[in-house]
Amino acid sequence: MAAVAQMTIEELRAGLGWRKQLDKLFVMVGLLVMIACLAILAILFLDLVRDGASRFGWDFLTSFPSRKAERAGILSAAVGTTMIMFVTALVALPVGVAAAIYLEEYAPKNWFTGIIEINVTNLAGVPSIVYGLLALGLFVYQFGLGQSVLSAGLTLALLILPIVIVATRESLRSVPKAIREAAYGLGATRWEVTRDHVLPYSTGGILTGLILGLSRAIGETAPIITIGALSFIAFLPPSPVSGEFPFLNFEWLRSEFTAMPIQIFNWVSRPDQAFQANAAAAGAILLGMTLLMNALAIWIRYRFRKRINW
Amino acid sequence: MQGLGGFASLRFRKTRDRMVELLLLSAGLVAVFTTIAIVCILVYESSFFFRHVSIGEFLTGTMWTPLFADARYGIMPLVSGTLTTTMVALLVAIPVGTTIAIYLSEFATHRLRETVKPLLELLGAVPTVVYGYFALLMVTPLLQKLIPGLPGFNMLSAGLVIGLMIVPYVATVSEDAMRAVPRYMREGSYAMGATRLQTALRVVVPGAFSGIAAAYILGISRAVGETMVVAIAAGMQPQLTFDPTEPAATITAYIVQVSLGDLPHDSIGYQSIFAAGLVLMLMTLVFNVIGFFLTRRFREAY
Repeated sequence: MAAVAQMTIEELRAGLGWRKQLDKLFVMVGLLVMIACLAILAILFLDLVRDGASRFGWDFLTSFPSRKAERAGILSAAVGTTMIMFVTALVALPVGVAAAIYLEEYAPKNWFTGIIEINVTNLAGVPSIVYGLLALGLFVYQFGLGQSVLSAGLTLALLILPIVIVATRESLRSVPKAIREAAYGLGATRWEVTRDHVLPYSTGGILTGLILGLSRAIGETAPIITIGALSFIAFLPPSPVSGEFPFLNFEWLRSEFTAMPIQIFNWVSRPDQAFQANAAAAGAILLGMTLLMNALAIWIRYRFRKRINW
Repeated sequence: MQGLGGFASLRFRKTRDRMVELLLLSAGLVAVFTTIAIVCILVYESSFFFRHVSIGEFLTGTMWTPLFADARYGIMPLVSGTLTTTMVALLVAIPVGTTIAIYLSEFATHRLRETVKPLLELLGAVPTVVYGYFALLMVTPLLQKLIPGLPGFNMLSAGLVIGLMIVPYVATVSEDAMRAVPRYMREGSYAMGATRLQTALRVVVPGAFSGIAAAYILGISRAVGETMVVAIAAGMQPQLTFDPTEPAATITAYIVQVSLGDLPHDSIGYQSIFAAGLVLMLMTLVFNVIGFFLTRRFREAY
């Protein structure tokens, strides 16, 4: 303090000017760093599109992998990815939402609930390849599900479970207490309150969480390599719908598969330059899908937020 | 149906409530069982491995060649690869992420913040296999111009790209922590004549330190567990080195390498991936425990 008192007014002014300059400098650095990050993202996408430009087209979408780069396509990978995502969503949505409802609406505050909560947080931090090892040991060998679409879908469902749970809890929490109390006041049971009042208001948040989870799952490569996805599959899994009774068949769940990220990985790792164009084209499609899903999630969140006025 | 007589009896509704609660609880238990299953599977499967390889050799050996005829099982080269790529990634992600967090929390307008945050999160949403392509075919050629003689596969480019990938995790989590610092603390600082930057660095950052530490730990966990970027760009040759300009393998890359091959399930090489996975889990656990104590030690209560 004494030092400050002895400062002349000129010194103080000079110091202040310097500190203000530093402030301005930081604003510039901050903006620059941010713009640089976003620019790299844009460059990455544009570069993929440019490198893969020669391969885009109907043939690329409807061809099986091939030894010849210019004949190879992503048909089996795209179908595999679609089927896996279907299984993942079908498992992760009900389990994740149910777990979130339990934690948010039902669970008493005790050590047991604490354990479940800690587990959810921890699972979010487990490296994805460890989920692959879990699935390899558990689904593929112990349960005998094999290296199938079902194993892959279940693995990715476990992987995105924390994302769905956290998003659902957040949106359940944002429903005001008054809504619940009004329903209780009319004699509704807890489940009726949750089903008829809390859940409908949280649909937006739940959907957002599911889509963000799926956008994570669609690009996950490591866990499904670990359970043994093949990279050269020149056939499609059996169709889920058939012309004869019982019209649905579940053979496709047991089928071997490949997926978009696996196909890209396979093409990138080949020394042959021609395959790298394939990798770029497939990468651009996969990245485009991820970005689209993220945009959709943001849009849904925005729409629902706007529509609900408490 | 909606006349009073049409309502299901109270007893039925109460029973249904109990059933539903049990169902919901069992969904919650899936998370607990997943954790237990991860630990059990890793320990069970690697127990076969440790029947052939002593834990001492595993932890201290400096050669990792399970796929060669002269098989050696020292995990050190994989650990050094993992630590090196993680270090490079953190050297990018921590300064960049923290700068962005400070900028967004203390300097940016509300509108800018709300626009930029979702865009930044896209950086974390890019599929890692695409980042691998980016590292191998765009970043490495660029680096080779700057560092002559840089091998085509190296940990530097993989680490840099992982760093970019974890920037959004570091930035958004630390930004949330900084924004939780109460306004009156900033105002006290302004009233003493401090500028925004001084307030940010000397009041807000120390006040939010426990949250910022949590963000860094999250970043470290992601970097340690990242697989595809290193598998594609760092070259899959286990090497005991901390020099980022060299090719090397990480724990994760090794697991991928074995999974791609066609080793039989009961071979030692195959079982080694579970032992490697166990080490990976323990490493993330150690970082998380450090983070837990850091956040507790520096927690500020307002």
